[in-house]
Amino acid sequence: MAIELFRIDDRLIHGQVVVGWGQPLDLAFIVLVDDEVANSEWEQELYRMGVPPEMDVYFHTVEEAAEKLAEYQRDERRGALLTGEIETMTRLIDLTRSIARVNLGGIHHRTGRTQRLRYVFLAPDEEQALRAMAARGVDVSAQDVPAARPLALNEVLSGEGNR
Amino acid sequence: MSEPGADVRALVAGHGDFATGMVSAVGQITGLGDAFVTLSNRDMSAADVERAMREQVDARRLDVIFTDLPAGSCTMAARRLQRERPQVVLVTGTNLATLLDFVFHTDLPPAEAAQHAADKGRAALIVTGGPPGGH
Repeated sequence: MAIELFRIDDRLIHGQVVVGWGQPLDLAFIVLVDDEVANSEWEQELYRMGVPPEMDVYFHTVEEAAEKLAEYQRDERRGALLTGEIETMTRLIDLTRSIARVNLGGIHHRTGRTQRLRYVFLAPDEEQALRAMAARGVDVSAQDVPAARPLALNEVLSGEGNR
Repeated sequence: MSEPGADVRALVAGHGDFATGMVSAVGQITGLGDAFVTLSNRDMSAADVERAMREQVDARRLDVIFTDLPAGSCTMAARRLQRERPQVVLVTGTNLATLLDFVFHTDLPPAEAAQHAADKGRAALIVTGGPPGGH
């Protein structure tokens, strides 16, 4: 069981995650890793409101998540781990070295970013970070919903995914 | 003479074509689709959804927002708006019956009309047929 999905999505908890992935993967918990949210009761309440009562949500800073990741991986239930930024997932990988696969689920337009897919826009330093992640053996692919074909990082960066 | 959009009373927001589809259905049934403006979160970041919602609400001075899904980014954006504008009423889990009820209750204050509409929408969910016990 354990964590079935490590996802970078700037919307964090939203419909695609809770329903789109939550139903087919039978997710019982979400680990939301974000330093700002982990330090804001109000933000946590907001995200809690978005999940059904039977689904647990755990909020952690990157450092806390790194300490608890092994515990979540031993959980008998299925879970997903979310970060809103590439940099956050990179830090988590650096600290744990136990994340084998990363899903790019939604990295939207922002100044300095270039469109790679309908739902993936990357700044040069973010592209570099993803390349470095892949070079370390992490399987990085883009897939917004389970029914879509996963696109390997090289397809995303070459723009082939838009064809 | 009223200005265009002066009768708009609420924002409908959601995934894909949810909002335009719902409002189109309201228009077909009642001719009162103009009571709503719409917003889709398609391919938008959470910040973009919030910005677009804020613009719509400010431009029309709206106090009622209908969204499709409790977990959706439109609902999250509406909740963030409520933090600074407590008068804003949010109804999530919106269905067609909800919106139909809302357009006919122009006599009620927005919050009351929204509550009435939500009750109506909840009551409209009915399951019929199938084997006994649903198996």
